[in-house]
Amino acid sequence: MKIHIKNGRLIDPSNGIDAVQDLFIAAGKVLAIGQAPQDFHANRTIDATGLVICPGLIDLSARLREPGFEYKATLESEMHAAVAGGVTSLVCPPDTDPPLDEPGLVEMLKHRAKSLNQARVFPLGALTQKLQGVQLTEMAELHDAGCIAFSQADAPLTDTLVLARAMAYAATFGFGVWLRPQDAFLAKSGVAHDGEVATRLGLAPIPSCAETIAVSTILLLARESGARVHLCRLSTREAIAMVAAAKEQGLPVTCDVAVNHLHLCEIDIGFFDSNSHLMPPLRGLRDRDALRQALRDGIIDAVCSDHTPVDEDAKLLPFAEAEAGATGLELLLPLTLKWATEMKIPLAAAIARITRHPARILGLDAGHLTPGHAADLCLFDPERAWKVEAKALKSQGKNTPFLGLELQGKAVYTLVDGHVVYENAGVARHA
Amino acid sequence: MLTNPQLNQHGELQHLLTIEGLSAGIIRHILDTADSFVPVAERDIKKVPLLRGKAIFNLFFEPSTRTRTTFEIAAKRLSADVINLSIGASSQSKGETVLDTVNNLAAMQADMFIVRHSQSGAAHLIARHVAPHIHVVNAGDGRHAHPTQGLLDMYTIRHYKRDFHELRVAIVGDVMHSRVARSQIHALTTLGVPEVRVVGPKTLLPTGVGKMGVHVYHDMARGLKDVDVVIMLRLQNERMKGALLPSAQEYFKYYGLTPDKLAYAKPDAIVMHPGPMNRGVEIDSSVADGGQSVILPQVTFGIAVRMAVMSILAGK
Repeated sequence: MKIHIKNGRLIDPSNGIDAVQDLFIAAGKVLAIGQAPQDFHANRTIDATGLVICPGLIDLSARLREPGFEYKATLESEMHAAVAGGVTSLVCPPDTDPPLDEPGLVEMLKHRAKSLNQARVFPLGALTQKLQGVQLTEMAELHDAGCIAFSQADAPLTDTLVLARAMAYAATFGFGVWLRPQDAFLAKSGVAHDGEVATRLGLAPIPSCAETIAVSTILLLARESGARVHLCRLSTREAIAMVAAAKEQGLPVTCDVAVNHLHLCEIDIGFFDSNSHLMPPLRGLRDRDALRQALRDGIIDAVCSDHTPVDEDAKLLPFAEAEAGATGLELLLPLTLKWATEMKIPLAAAIARITRHPARILGLDAGHLTPGHAADLCLFDPERAWKVEAKALKSQGKNTPFLGLELQGKAVYTLVDGHVVYENAGVARHA
Repeated sequence: MLTNPQLNQHGELQHLLTIEGLSAGIIRHILDTADSFVPVAERDIKKVPLLRGKAIFNLFFEPSTRTRTTFEIAAKRLSADVINLSIGASSQSKGETVLDTVNNLAAMQADMFIVRHSQSGAAHLIARHVAPHIHVVNAGDGRHAHPTQGLLDMYTIRHYKRDFHELRVAIVGDVMHSRVARSQIHALTTLGVPEVRVVGPKTLLPTGVGKMGVHVYHDMARGLKDVDVVIMLRLQNERMKGALLPSAQEYFKYYGLTPDKLAYAKPDAIVMHPGPMNRGVEIDSSVADGGQSVILPQVTFGIAVRMAVMSILAGK
């Protein structure tokens, strides 16, 4: 299949391109940019007038819910949601049921995902068996089966000695360790940021120090073990300052933020809106502003969707009993664009934070459009306004605090390995 | 989203979920209406026909005797039909969700739900999902709100002190876990009480409580100095677990209301407690039963205030 994409604004942060350029694809790879190679006869020409052509999005956290939670979402529904959101690669945390702690489970997930021919799936292996925080998993075996790094997901790891040893063992093989920093005791039974909203609504609090104490522990152990640590979904301004200091000292630490936390804060809980029940909790306004700036300044490396489809029944409960999380694969692009617009950040820099930077964290030679590399692309209409509502979302999860809001930016074509895996030409203005 | 979910489009009460966001006018209207119901209890026939034919469901997902009984009496005095349900024991243990239960009961032609639940926000959730003709009264949700208790406390204060505008009020004890305290704070600040204090150890005061408009004290001598009203909060026995407090004895020594500590308040200060009391833990018997205590009148006024709330909601 040879594809000619013409008239689009091509943005590739890695190669420093932001210009109207044609792009030529053959045999699943980017063949050329700019001038058509000699004797190139396209099987298909896509007119991308008015669209941005960029590397496919790489999402550092998307729960697919398989195996074990198929009533919340299935691989089919969520992989469809991914490509509808312009996401061509995604990392899934190991908190499935059973957790991804055995090579067989990982192989099956990879196989199932591959057979759907949509986005690429990079599973995180469980750091400890059954995510119980007691016994290490067979990390080397899991790595061979396809795990890209190791994580405890949101499960508590209370025993500091186990954490130290898990990091040291992972460091032996050069595996990355991904941790969402949260002290299990300080966060116990908490459901909202320990601030004025939780106080007023009588919700059990999670203090900021639940995050900072964990960050401090992890950074000290990273220094000891030499483990490559990735901190997932930071939520407090104090934690950002700690990461900035660690980076300044040369520690190989990276971090991300969930896209919801770039825009929302504790006030958005309103009158117990369970769609705003997220983990980590939405923090204060100053935390949110610090997250927005840290992403701009590069202290936070990347932004992820933290995609967590939750079935409606699990949200139709009193706030504390409602399951935490929000659907996000289809909101990652428009919410990142919204952040960029509001912060006056160039489009290319915004795109880097959902393509090039996550690829770097994963150690993948991806997230760019260099000729000879896999043609994973997202073509989106940056002007297209759409309303976030249940029927507009492909994900089985319809739960998001942005329900009812109008956002700008929508994927029109998504290509993986040079194949069009999603197209919504009705959205294109010049289809 | 941030419009007040308990008011209808005309700004009238549709539900009573929390005192937060209610205007002083609405609160005063409820208290004035309660005034007219107080004499009903003194008549031979303690009934008025305002809610005849209305079905009121007492929906208690959390055990309660006193609050449920006062709501039941109030509804019966308004001539409503009252159905009591203790859900904790039946449906919930069978896995039925709150909304399933409510929908089932709504199908039995309910006009009003009086809801108590152990989770903050439960009454809001129910109010959001019931048919428009059904009214919801929050009879206590988690740590969040207990608006009728807050209102009856305001009624009691007004009864004894007449005016709110020159009062100092101290709320003492476990503010952290208290829905009563939150409702009282909203009511007092809305009604223009110039100085509301909370007194307690740091483990029992929630973060940033000062932003609700109160002054924070950690010792009784300063916290009770020259106050007109002392409101004691119930301290549940389970607070001795979980490292919030070392012992009931130490708590009583430093925060229990004894005649000595009450002497810091104004000589004519009144002492209130939402009940049920833990004598010897947060309050000394000689104070609870003493001349400054208005704890029993609180209970009596509670019936009139609940009649007022129900008649305003459903009596249109």
